[in-house]
Amino acid sequence: MSVIVYTENWDGKFKKSSYELVSYAHAIASELGVETIAISIGQVPEDQLNVLANYGANKVLCVKNPELAVLDNAAYASAIARAAKANNAQVVVFANNFTGKAVAPRVAVKLEAGMANSVTTLPLSFSPFVVQKNIFNGKAQGKLQINSDIKVLSLAQNSFGIKESNVSLTIENFDAQLDSSKFNTELIEKNTVSGKIILTDAELVVSGGRGMKSPDNWGPLEELAAILGAGTACSRPVADEGWRPHSEHVGQTGKVIAPNLYIALGISGAIQHLAGVSSSKVIVAVNTDPEAPFFEAADYGILGDVNKILPKLVEAAKAFKAHS
Amino acid sequence: MKILVCLSNVPDTTTKIKLSGDQSALDMAGVQWVINPWDELALTRALDLKEKSEGKIDTITVITVGESLTEPTIRKALAVGADDAVRINLNPTDDYEVASNIAAWVKNNPYDIILSGIESSDFNGSAVGGMLAEFLKIPSVSSVSFLDMEGDKPLMKREIPGGTETIRVPMPFVAIVQKGIALDPRIPAMRGIMMARKKELTVVEPTGEGAKSTYIGFAMPKAKAKVKMIDAENAGQLITLLHEEAKVI
Ligand SMILES: Cc1cc2nc3c(=O)[nH]c(=O)nc-3n(C[C@H](O)[C@H](O)[C@H](O)COP(=O)(O)OP(=O)(O)OC[C@H]3O[C@@H](n4cnc5c(N)ncnc54)[C@H](O)[C@@H]3O)c2cc1C
Repeated sequence: MSVIVYTENWDGKFKKSSYELVSYAHAIASELGVETIAISIGQVPEDQLNVLANYGANKVLCVKNPELAVLDNAAYASAIARAAKANNAQVVVFANNFTGKAVAPRVAVKLEAGMANSVTTLPLSFSPFVVQKNIFNGKAQGKLQINSDIKVLSLAQNSFGIKESNVSLTIENFDAQLDSSKFNTELIEKNTVSGKIILTDAELVVSGGRGMKSPDNWGPLEELAAILGAGTACSRPVADEGWRPHSEHVGQTGKVIAPNLYIALGISGAIQHLAGVSSSKVIVAVNTDPEAPFFEAADYGILGDVNKILPKLVEAAKAFKAHS
Repeated sequence: MKILVCLSNVPDTTTKIKLSGDQSALDMAGVQWVINPWDELALTRALDLKEKSEGKIDTITVITVGESLTEPTIRKALAVGADDAVRINLNPTDDYEVASNIAAWVKNNPYDIILSGIESSDFNGSAVGGMLAEFLKIPSVSSVSFLDMEGDKPLMKREIPGGTETIRVPMPFVAIVQKGIALDPRIPAMRGIMMARKKELTVVEPTGEGAKSTYIGFAMPKAKAKVKMIDAENAGQLITLLHEEAKVI
């Protein structure tokens, strides 16, 4: 018996979210009294794999079948489901991210498992198996009882945190025995922006709305983000008007993020915007309108013109970094 | 060629969520029902593709798993241009049940391209499209922000963290779409609404598998502490508070 966790790597490296995921899987496995087994697809150096022991992985299965070089949802699901069956998995854990959304539902069908997406806590009970998850984009929480033998969960990012625990880990190769004729996702071109902080990974985010008034006013916002080491985001109208790239749009119809800090500059705080950012640990709102809904969702607020306030924040952030 | 678009009937995104007295159910009284925003964009793209396909795309069918109260939403999809509709007569309990029932229909009524939204704005399942593809044993591509036909071959882009990938898979397949797939949804015109009444809406009884999970209760998020206001003149003080009090920088 085991809890299986899919630990994705990016160019052979894990991210903090992978450690959070292993911590979460280990906590469930401890409750069930079973092993925590990580599945790693592709080439990851051994020293990287060994780090997973610090968060509770007893074993890592390395899957290197050539069919998995490109993300083919069906091939990934086959590999992970096969490993889950071979190890008698009771629970299979994914991150609620790009790959998790692509693969987890297919794994659930392969394992005839009920699935809970965007789970925010450890199971509320194990028998029956009940988890709590975001619904209505975090406007409420649902308690979902899963009745199948195997359960597939995807964890909302930054909802559990990284928990250290020290176990000894073994590394094994696992042949997923894929029939290459069945998988046919053809990657024609890949475009990535290098050097920029990926918004969904960012621990700190500085975001601008229509209250910024003009795309020309983004200089100080970007400067503040650079000083803090933060990612940059924006509201939907800002992306729609072409002031900022679409990749920065957060909210109901954009990206959903859960950083430790979200600074909203000249954003009203419409319910569809909050749907993408309300899980942030600390929220700051800067707005000229004392009635702006963002002040109700924020921990800190500044009433005033963002274009006058931003230079002050930049200056203070510079001074802070100079001393720390 | 035939395209199927999966529609979910959801409360309008501005709905204020209320729970029943004992928190065992959501209070849906007075809710405005709409097409799930991503499904609506999927439909918009399907219609765009059909219009420029010079007859190569014959029909756009929409499908919903739901009871008769979902029909106004289905009619709206017909009013903006879908050719016909299927309703599987079942109030579904989870994504597994939805996907399995749509799969049961598709097995007897094949389509070349199936579109579904990346998630529904109510229960945020993000699972129907992927599950459907697995039930049908066909490829799925997720987070699709672009879909076009290059001759007879569909071409897609999917949004990966920090970039995009251009992808091709053979038909039939499921594309799970998100922001970017189409601009604004279409608004039904009077003529469309009239025509929608005459379009075929087939109602079938469920033949797929049952649910694997069920909601047993709900909770509201913890109320936030009141916002701490900082004087605009001393805005820089925010940085100190974020470091010393909130400990996030
Ligand atoms: C189905 C649907 C989905 C949607 N999805 C999203 C989504 O994913 N993300 C999203 O962001 N929106 C989304 N929206 C739009 C959303 O409803 C709001 O219209 C949008 O978030 C408003 O953006 P904003 O706050 O930047 O602009 P505005 O609403 O124009 O607000 C600007 C704010 O800036 C303040 N302001 C003005 N001048 C200044 C100044 N000099 N200094 C400081 N503050 C100033 C104003 O008081 C105001 O609060 C969606 C809407 C719908 C219907």
